[in-house]
Amino acid sequence: MIELDNVAYSYGGGELLSGLTLRLAPGSFHFLTGPSGAGKTTLLKLCYGALVPTAGHARLFGEDVRRMDRDAIALSRRRIGVVHQDCQFLDHLSVAENVALPLTVAGEGGGDLEQNLIELMTWVGLKSRADALPPELSGGERQRAALARAVIMSPEVILADEPTGNVDWEMSQRLLRLLVELNRMGKTILIATHDLGLIRSAKTQVQARVLRISNRKLQAAGVDL
Amino acid sequence: MRLLQQTPGVASARALSEQEQQALLEPWFGPDLPLADLPVPQLIEIIEEGDGFDGAGLRLRLQAEVPGAVLDDHTRWRRPLVAAAGKLRLLGAVSILLIAGAVAAMVTLAANAALAANAQVIAVLRLVGATDGFIARAFVRRFTLRALGGATLGALAGAGALLLMPSAGETAGFLTGLSFVGWHWVFPLLVPLLTAAVAFAATAIAARRVLGDLR
Repeated sequence: MIELDNVAYSYGGGELLSGLTLRLAPGSFHFLTGPSGAGKTTLLKLCYGALVPTAGHARLFGEDVRRMDRDAIALSRRRIGVVHQDCQFLDHLSVAENVALPLTVAGEGGGDLEQNLIELMTWVGLKSRADALPPELSGGERQRAALARAVIMSPEVILADEPTGNVDWEMSQRLLRLLVELNRMGKTILIATHDLGLIRSAKTQVQARVLRISNRKLQAAGVDL
Repeated sequence: MRLLQQTPGVASARALSEQEQQALLEPWFGPDLPLADLPVPQLIEIIEEGDGFDGAGLRLRLQAEVPGAVLDDHTRWRRPLVAAAGKLRLLGAVSILLIAGAVAAMVTLAANAALAANAQVIAVLRLVGATDGFIARAFVRRFTLRALGGATLGALAGAGALLLMPSAGETAGFLTGLSFVGWHWVFPLLVPLLTAAVAFAATAIAARRVLGDLR
C-alpha cells in the first residue's frame, strides 16, 4: 500500500533520514518510535505525500510520489486517514461538519452517509457533542474527532502521529481500542508514538510490529518491549 | 443656389424659411420681431459631404457671381471642439482600463491576504483530500460575489447621479448631454458583470499561485 524504498530526507543541511525502507502491508499494525526529533513526523509525512523524499522512492498505492501531481496526491489522501498530535479543524464549522469534511470536499453526501456519520460519532463517543464547535472540545475529544474524520472515508491506511500525545492514560487506552478495532476491520495502521506503555498495552490486543528510528535508520525493535 | 449645388463636396444647399430664421433670432430679439421689416440676410444652409468643399475656392466664386454673399464655415471653429470631444472619449476609455486594472490589483491583494489568513483552513482541507480546484473555488466564489455586489451598488449610485444630470434637450450643448440615452442604459448594467469577471480571473490566478507553493 505504502512503500518507502531506500528513502532519504533532509530539510537542507544534514540528512534526517537516510537509506530507509518500509513496506506497509494491508491489515498490518505498526508502531513507530524513537526519540524526539528523530524524524517520526517526517516519516509519516513521507507516507502521505506531504513531503517528497530527497533520495529514493516513495510509492503510494503503487504510484511514485514524485510523479504524482497535486490532485493525484489529494485523491490519494482520501484513501489515507491522518491523525495529527495537534489536530486542526475548521473552527467555524460544527464537530459533525468537520468530521464529514472529507465527504464534503470529495463531493459526496446523501442520506446513507448521514446515517454513517451518526454511527461514527457514536462510535467515538462524540454524539452529544456533534453540534459543538471545535474550540469547545477537550483534548481527548479533539483527538477522537480527528480519528473520526480520518476514518469517515473508510480509508485503507490510517496514519496517527502521537494520537495520545496530550490526553490522559484512560483516554489513550480508549483511542488505542478504537485503532485496534479499525485494524480488525482490515485497515492498515501506523502509529508514531514515544509512549512505550501504549505499545505494551497494544501488544496484548493485537499483533503489532514496532519500528524504531535511530541513527537516521529504521530498525525493527520487537523483542525488548 | 445653383452655384452651391454644383460645387463638389456639397451634399445639399437649402434656403432657410422665414419661420426658421425667426426661431433662430427669437432668443435675442424676442418673439414679436417683425422679420420682414428688418434687413435680415437670407440664410442658406450647406451640408457638406465626403471630404467637404474647398472653402477658399467657393468664396472666390461667390464673390465673382453673388457679391453680397458671405460664406461662414462652421467647421472651422467646430473642428477643435470635435477633436476635444474625441479626446474626451479616449480619456474615458483609458480611465475605464485603469479602473479595471486597479480592481484586479486590489482583488489580487485582498485574495492573497485572505489566503494567507486562512493558511490553517487550507492545510486542513489539503489533509482531508481537497483538490486545488475545490479550495480555489471556495475563495474565487466569495471574491467574485463580493465584487459583483460592490460593483452593483456602485453602478446603481453612478446611474442615479447620471439621472440627476440635465438632459440633452432643444438647447443642448455638448456638455449637458452626459446622461445615457435609450439603449445606452445597458452600459451601467455591464459594469458589475465586468467587475465580477475581473475579480474572478484575479482570484483564480492568485489562488493557484498560493496553492502551488503548498504541498
